[in-house]
This record gives sequence, C-alpha cells and structure tokens, in this order.
Amino acid sequence: MRTHMHETLRVMREAIAAGLSDKDARSHSGMSGGNACRMKSFIDSGSIEDNVYNRATVYALATSETNANMGKIVAAPTAGASGILPAVLIAFSELNRVDDERVVDALYLTGDIGMKIAKTASLSGAECGCQAECGSAAAMAAAGLAFLMGGTYEQSENAAALALKSLLGLVCDPVAGLVEVPCIKRNATGTSVAITSANMSMAGIESVIPFDEVLVAMKQVGRTMPEQLRETAQGGCAVTATGMRIARSLGLKQRRGDESGTFVRE
Amino acid sequence: MDVFDIIGPIMIGPSSSHTAGAVKLGNVARILLGSEPAKATITLYGSFAKTGKGHGTDKALLAGICGYTMDDAGIKTVFEDCPFEYEFKYEENSDYHPNTALIELSDAEMSVKMRGASVGAGRIEVQEVDGMEVSFSGDFNTLIIFHSDRRGIIARITTWLSENGINIAFMRVFRLSKDDKAVMVIETDQKVAGYKILESFQDGLRVEYYENTHARNA
Repeated sequence: MRTHMHETLRVMREAIAAGLSDKDARSHSGMSGGNACRMKSFIDSGSIEDNVYNRATVYALATSETNANMGKIVAAPTAGASGILPAVLIAFSELNRVDDERVVDALYLTGDIGMKIAKTASLSGAECGCQAECGSAAAMAAAGLAFLMGGTYEQSENAAALALKSLLGLVCDPVAGLVEVPCIKRNATGTSVAITSANMSMAGIESVIPFDEVLVAMKQVGRTMPEQLRETAQGGCAVTATGMRIARSLGLKQRRGDESGTFVRE
Repeated sequence: MDVFDIIGPIMIGPSSSHTAGAVKLGNVARILLGSEPAKATITLYGSFAKTGKGHGTDKALLAGICGYTMDDAGIKTVFEDCPFEYEFKYEENSDYHPNTALIELSDAEMSVKMRGASVGAGRIEVQEVDGMEVSFSGDFNTLIIFHSDRRGIIARITTWLSENGINIAFMRVFRLSKDDKAVMVIETDQKVAGYKILESFQDGLRVEYYENTHARNA
C-alpha cells in the first residue's frame, strides 16, 4: 500500500516534468499548452521570487497541461483538478527539503480529507460544480500543506475548511466541454487559496464554520446549482461569445433554436 | 472507497469519465469477445459523441479494446498502432446515459455487441450484451456466461463455484425469452481459475472472465 503511494508521488513528479518538457506542446483542441513554461521563465528571469506560491503555480499549470495533452497524471481527486495537490506539496517539499516519507504521510492525510468530502458532499463537477473538483483539491492541498508545516490534524482540517469556504459555489463551465478552459488556470490559482489557507491555519486563525459544516454547505450549494453550471458546457465561460466561437471552430455548432448553448457536431 | 480512489487513479488524461472509464469499457468488450478482434465498430453517444474527440474518448475506447490499461502512454497513438480494422460512429441524440458507447467486435468465428456507460470517476456500467439487458461494473472479478435457458444450469455452475472456494458477491441472469439465449453475470470476491471447465456443462456454453486488476485488496 505505502509502496503504491510512493509510486503515486513519482507519477505526480513525472506529470510536472512532462508539462515543462516542451514549450510548444499543444492539446488536441489547440486551446492549451505552453503556459507552465511561460510562468517558469518568468521566475527564472528573476522578475518574481521563486517561492512556494510561484513554484506551485508553475507546477499546477504543468500537471494540468500534461492532463489536457493526454499525458499520465494522478487524479487528485479528479483529472480536471489534478494540478493543485501535487503542485502545493511538491513545491513546498522542494523548497524546504522535506523527505518523501513525510510527503507520502501528507498524501494519506489529504486522501482522508477527500474521503470526508466525498462522503458528505461530492467530488464530481457534474453533481456539485467545480467547487467539488478544484474546491476539494484546494482543501486537500491546504490540509496536506498544514501537515508538512508541522500542524496537527485539527489544523489541517481547519485549513481545508478555510480553503473550501473560499471556493464554495465555483461553477463548472468548460469551453466546448473540454477539461481545458477555464480548468487549467483554475488549478493554478487554486494553489494560492490552498497555501494562504494553510498559512492562516498555522497562524492560529480559525474557520468560524467547522469543516464538517462547510461540507454540508457545499452539498447544499451544489444541489441548488442549475444544471447549466455543472459540467454541461451550457453556462458560464462555455457560453460567452469567445467560448462559443472556440466551440464552433472545433466543429461544434449551436443547436438550432436552442439558446442554452448546447453544441452538436457538424 | 479507499485512499487510492481519492488520490488516484493513475491515468492518461484528460478526463476520468471520458478517458479512463472509456478504456475500461473497451477492456470489458475485448474480454467478452474472448479473442483478438479482426474488426471493431464503435458508436459514441451523447456527451461521448459531442466532446469525445477533444477528450480522446475515441482513442481510449479503442486502446481498451486493444487491451491497454488506463495508464498506458500508448493510448495517445493507438490509431496508428491498432492491429485490427476499426470504425467510429457518432450519435449525439439518444436516451442512453450521456457517456455511452456501443462496441461491436468480431473475429473470424464470432461477434459480440456490448453497450456500456462511463458513470463518473472512471467507473463504468455495462448495460447490454448481445441484445440482452445486463448490469455490471467490473469493480469485482466477473464471470460472464453465455448459455441457453435450461433448467438446472445455474445450480450446476454455482455448485462448481462453491466447491472451488469462490463466494458470489452479486449474480444476475438475463435471457431473451424462455428456452432462448441467456447470459449469467457472476461477480465474485475471489479470483476464479480454471473456469473454462464450465463450458463442458452445456452444449454451446461460453464463459469469459474479467479480472479486476485494480482491486488492491484482492
């Protein structure tokens, strides 16, 4: 079992490396690719500091671009939100020389947080929107980071509550129905929510609403979210003028007389 | 549910439902044919038809039929590497689950037709085999037994399983009509070895077996 978690960590590192290996790689749709390298160059040029926030941004972009390009990733908890957790844990452990055994411990803890979310709320965008995917991933990453910073289980759970509260209500609105726009950049920005939440928790800042109750809120928000905003590509970014233009250029056209933004292949 | 359902699976992207689940559907179809196919016809329905190309659903289904696992980097280039003839069809409007595929496979001697859906997080449900409504997930080791609807055959097979130390987790029997073609789906807690002997229990009976290699506790 523990060997399998080490293997999981190895695949996470490979997915980051793959995303940084070719700045010209593009996904099948042509919508994504190259931004992990762009962000890394910006750090390497000295324009911004090489700290946990910025390195995690690069790593989240890298994993998510690898995913969009049909590379090998670890769903954490889903493929669409696979960038956040490895980015935060690996960026922090590199900068602070944390050994792999401890990172593996952190992964087990984040799995426990994820199971609690799955049990009370959901990890599915189709069911509860992106709060269930990037929101859950950020909560898990925050908990894992608090642990790596020396926090107790309570501090980890508190960090997860802080992160999840910040992303409650986040909609799932993928352009052309593909796991690319806005998913990849949501993975990148999701890392900052996770890191800030872990830092606040370690500073002693408590979530007024406890983790268990945040999960109930998440489920309730998901239940009342219209179907158009739950992975159907019928709302939000997917039906903006640009989103629709991209979908059309990929050979999808809007159904005649249907204003909802449902696409069919031409 | 265990920790590796949350931190996992290790898979080729971009989507657990549209890519990883699609590979698994292809895997089961290959098992049902029981041999290397000569030809595959794959129909994608609903969301699979609409967004399947961008998600690599077509490649994932074909790779599954070729016997690849969901973490095989070769999925991306399967169109070039596939050793048999294949064809894709797209049906956007259907009453099926939005992530449904119909897979028809044939070799020189026989053919099989399977319809299944990818129901989320890489999990699947096989819903139809050779015109018979079935329901199984591949979460267990699964025996799929094509037989004729005759009195006593179920008892003989379950007795054999019991005598060989196999516990049945779930079991369902489906038939076209009385005395006609039927299929028995038996999901077991243990791995099943030597199951081909069941083919001697009835003329024309055929047994195929899907082993859940992802079951970490097995």
